[in-house]
Amino acid sequence: MDIFFEVPKDVKITSPSTDKLYDVIIAGSGPAGMTASVYCSRKKLDTLLITKDVGGQVVWTSGIENYMGYQYITGRDLSEKFYQQIEQFPISLLKDVGPCHLEKLENKFAVNCGEKKYYSKSVIVATGKRNRELGVNGEKELLGRGVTYCSVCDAPLFKDKIVAIIGGGNSALTAAIDLISYASKIFIINILDNLQGDEVFLDKIKNSNKAEIILSSEVSKIKGTEKVEGITVKNRKTSQIREIELDGVFIEVGLMPNSEFANNLLNMNDQKEIVVDCNCKTSIDGIFACGDVTAVLDKQIIIACGEGAKAALSAYRYLLGIK
Amino acid sequence: MPLLDDKVKESVKTLLSVLTRNVKLIVFTQEKECSTCMDAIVLAEEMAALSGKISIEKYDFGIDKNKTDQFKIDKVPSFAIIGATDSSSSQWKDYGIKFSGIPAGYEFTSFLNAIKMVSLGNSELSQKTKDALKTINKPINIKIFVTLTCPYCPTAVMLANRFAFENDLISAEMIESAEFTDLAKKYNVYGVPKIVINENIQFEGALPEDLFLAKILSA
Ligand SMILES: Cc1cc2nc3c(=O)[nH]c(=O)nc-3n(C[C@H](O)[C@H](O)[C@H](O)COP(=O)(O)OP(=O)(O)OC[C@H]3O[C@@H](n4cnc5c(N)ncnc54)[C@H](O)[C@@H]3O)c2cc1C
Repeated sequence: MDIFFEVPKDVKITSPSTDKLYDVIIAGSGPAGMTASVYCSRKKLDTLLITKDVGGQVVWTSGIENYMGYQYITGRDLSEKFYQQIEQFPISLLKDVGPCHLEKLENKFAVNCGEKKYYSKSVIVATGKRNRELGVNGEKELLGRGVTYCSVCDAPLFKDKIVAIIGGGNSALTAAIDLISYASKIFIINILDNLQGDEVFLDKIKNSNKAEIILSSEVSKIKGTEKVEGITVKNRKTSQIREIELDGVFIEVGLMPNSEFANNLLNMNDQKEIVVDCNCKTSIDGIFACGDVTAVLDKQIIIACGEGAKAALSAYRYLLGIK
Repeated sequence: MPLLDDKVKESVKTLLSVLTRNVKLIVFTQEKECSTCMDAIVLAEEMAALSGKISIEKYDFGIDKNKTDQFKIDKVPSFAIIGATDSSSSQWKDYGIKFSGIPAGYEFTSFLNAIKMVSLGNSELSQKTKDALKTINKPINIKIFVTLTCPYCPTAVMLANRFAFENDLISAEMIESAEFTDLAKKYNVYGVPKIVINENIQFEGALPEDLFLAKILSA
């Protein structure tokens, strides 16, 4: 990766207040939440953006080739550009928060972040998705000791080491690409009979001569005491068991919605995604949702941005009605 | 070769325009067997050129024994950030904040914020945390292992620096894992941020203020 210098992100934005009633609180600042912020502030809504981090999944993405206007842009650069755009407007930002959750009160909403509560007339939920866990023995115990969900963060720690990537989609293949310049050998283990990721990624991986692809197989155990020492892999067709000694396990088996934020409040589908109508309205008046946390089928940056804009404009119309 | 491009320089200049008291970056390097030592000096010089409040001192790890001991430097490149305690800069204070390796990537944020905190004299921690930190009466050393591509890591580094700022017995050191591979190996760093407190407490992940504080109090 090219060397870059990240400058702090709270230069121009004002601090949040627990005393006032905001027009809208936006939870999450990935592509959906950041776009919604721009639209809300351009409508002169008093806006508070509450988030765990700035950028969302985009920051974990090495390179993006399908966001219009850029033939290629790194995830970090794109989220930087999004951020520069919200910085132009007078919004308040609360970042690095722990798990916050939404409460419905009489005539208003509260976002409860532990010690502090923030109040608003409407809410936009844009909390996105996070990595799904594999759910096998050893995964939790060895997290941070060889088990990881963040290939951009941890790839440099596996120089000359043997690693496995679990999964077969684009995230798994991107993780493999992040690891090519460090690891000595990379196993890619997928439960299905083929890899679903894009051909362009596969070519890069095959050309590295470092990868061994194991299909139709699942990891049944991650072994180690102080750190990862190996994995047990079972072929689903032949039931054959293979023990592999290695140092790192990168888990890339899909995503799950961060909808706990609105637990027990909103209608959700079986996958715990928030159900919205075509105007981003949820089952409760005044609460809107957009981006990966919703049941909208396709999860892409450009879609999350579009939905963020729609949610903001719907919130604006709702506020006009109650003002 | 310059490290910061014009756009970054412009943002840094704006960010540093709020500095009040003088800050000194003390850079420790050596000539041989240190591939990034030259970059460390370039970075310090570029920072000093962007703010009249920042000055630098350079020392050689092998030669300037006094300074190496004073700042407890055991690896290079390493930066200590010290601040003037009054507007006339008659007194300087070492808050125990160090960066070992080049604080580039996401760690540049931690580096800039440490400079800002030392100059403005405000850790921005909650009163509750400040009160709890006052009760600490034995030396606490916090090592934060990072990689430069880890977006979570600055949260941990900045918190540790804030703790160090509040209590003279606490010191905090960011360690770039890819630079100091032997140390990363010694401490079994397989995920970042990895935090080591006084050798006996170790954990991975960026904890919020209250939980990180609890770990320090239990050390
Ligand atoms: C490895 C990878 C590669 C990808 N590549 C591409 C690509 O090339 N092109 C493309 O179009 N898409 C790509 N995607 C998908 C794309 O990143 C997502 O569709 C998009 O980021 C969704 O945006 P979002 O704003 O809905 O959610 P997210 O990006 O998930 O952002 C959610 C935000 O909510 C915050 N948050 C979560 N919970 C809470 C809470 N309780 N309280 C407060 N804040 C909270 C998070 O900190 C974050 O800021 C990729 C995804 C991954 C993982």
